[in-house]
Amino acid sequence: MDLDALYQDIILDHYKNPHGKGLREEFEAEVHHVNPTCGDEITLRVHIEDGRVADVSYDSQGCSISQASASVLYELVHGKPVDEAMAIHAKFQELMQGKGQVEPDEDVLEDGIAFAGVAKFPARVKCALLSWMAWKDATVQSIGQTGAAGGNQEEKA
Amino acid sequence: MTAALSLPGLLSDLAVIRQDFPILERTLAGDRPLVYLDSANTSQKPQVVIDTMVDHLERHNANIARAMHQLGAEATEAFEAGRDKVAAFLGAPSRDEVIFTKNASEALNLVANVLAWKGPFQVGEGDDVVITEMEHHSNIVPWQLLSQRTGASLKWFGLTDGGELDLSNIDELITERTKVVAFTWVSNMLGTINPVAELTRRAHAVGALVVVDASQAAPQLPIDLSAMVPEERPDFVVFTGHKVVGPTGIGVLWGRGDLLEQLPPFLGGGEMIATVTMEKSTYAGIPHRFEAGTPPIVEAVGLGAAVEYLGHIGLDRIHAHEQAITAYALEGLQTIKGLTVMGPLDATQRGGAISFELEGVHPHDIAQVLDSRGVAVRAGHHCAKPAHQRFGVQASTRMSSYLYTTPAEIDALVEGLEYTRSYFKLG
Repeated sequence: MDLDALYQDIILDHYKNPHGKGLREEFEAEVHHVNPTCGDEITLRVHIEDGRVADVSYDSQGCSISQASASVLYELVHGKPVDEAMAIHAKFQELMQGKGQVEPDEDVLEDGIAFAGVAKFPARVKCALLSWMAWKDATVQSIGQTGAAGGNQEEKA
Repeated sequence: MTAALSLPGLLSDLAVIRQDFPILERTLAGDRPLVYLDSANTSQKPQVVIDTMVDHLERHNANIARAMHQLGAEATEAFEAGRDKVAAFLGAPSRDEVIFTKNASEALNLVANVLAWKGPFQVGEGDDVVITEMEHHSNIVPWQLLSQRTGASLKWFGLTDGGELDLSNIDELITERTKVVAFTWVSNMLGTINPVAELTRRAHAVGALVVVDASQAAPQLPIDLSAMVPEERPDFVVFTGHKVVGPTGIGVLWGRGDLLEQLPPFLGGGEMIATVTMEKSTYAGIPHRFEAGTPPIVEAVGLGAAVEYLGHIGLDRIHAHEQAITAYALEGLQTIKGLTVMGPLDATQRGGAISFELEGVHPHDIAQVLDSRGVAVRAGHHCAKPAHQRFGVQASTRMSSYLYTTPAEIDALVEGLEYTRSYFKLG
């Protein structure tokens, strides 16, 4: 079993020095997601302004994979138009659910490509997706609140 | 290693016992031998259990208690022999007090359900149900449900910093209002062994029923219900088959016979009835009254073989082995920088599950690195979230040994943890 494929240096760097961590005051929606099998938790807030992801702030507890993944999420989506951020989300999810068969696109996923190895460890895929699922949930809720959809997002309670 | 081999209490025939468990021969990725330290999660199975189940399916399979043919008679006899063996394993006063369920959770839910229904023991508003903060979720949620359904109040014992039950407020918790006291015999997270006799006596003094979760106790402590004085004998004891080297899919509820006879049925269906008309039914006597539908037949046969196997080795010897391995593991774990063991540190006061934290590395990451070296442990909240919360942690890593665990496997764990520290570049 190749541990180094799982624990890429990029992942360990993000784990030790997470980007964007901490809860900030400007937000429209806050969600709390947990991974019931292992207890990893994240509280995540999304602030949408002018059709862009103005901020993603979060407080989380969990393993290196889940923490690094939240940090990479922040780097990839904050400041981006909602549509583009959603497309990045879709790419990341596709990579994680690809059982190690999906070739990651570095232009889109940047540091996120380091998670390609995680996709080969089925038990850890949920760790990597926790913050991303929370972000999507909060973003959809934010759009519902602000009506500031960057595309044809449907409102969701 | 030579010192470790002479640990007092270690099973003298450990090498022979290990040969009874074919899975221990397995190698994992990278040709690593399996070091299985997750027995509190589920135990491995000896050849005799596997063979007994295969033989039953190959030669004696039929439904029980309703098939009027030779195979039906053989299957019924084998199934009921499983009940006899479980009764002997527990020292049950009567074999009819042994009820087969799907698992320990179902056994606990059975009790919590029937206490909500009309009858002499019905729990209602103004009553208290008392549990503890160290319970597995399966001994918390059914009591929450019972309280919500009946309007009773749920109360619980807290824990001391050392991982024992905090009994300082026992007089406020166990009162005339208390109808049920439910607690674990041995904690699946902290390893703590609880004072069953004392708690039971206190609960009985106020007329409360006592439900003991023996899922972690049954594998490693000798249990002799008949030898207990009635005031100190719990009213219900549950455990699960797969932790006592038996199969999954079967659990056991032992209950005091006169109580079981007065409680309303749990599930309705075939096998639990005496007669059925369109208007109403009358019910079978115990134990069948609580075993609706076709039961887990081959599982009961396998469980019988499992507890008989443990009985042949001797629960006293298994307990001594667990204590020796646990002491050795506690000693080894504490040599690791930044490692904190949760729960009692005295091996004679605890069971063989040891949860710990390693500063700077999350339990999942520890388990992942250990797994890459063939060492299987559990990481997470071990279905005991409140107990983790009590100690201010979200998750922990747990090693758990059993009768086949060797000191060399503990050495492999300790080396694996040192490697984990270096892998994550901890100073």
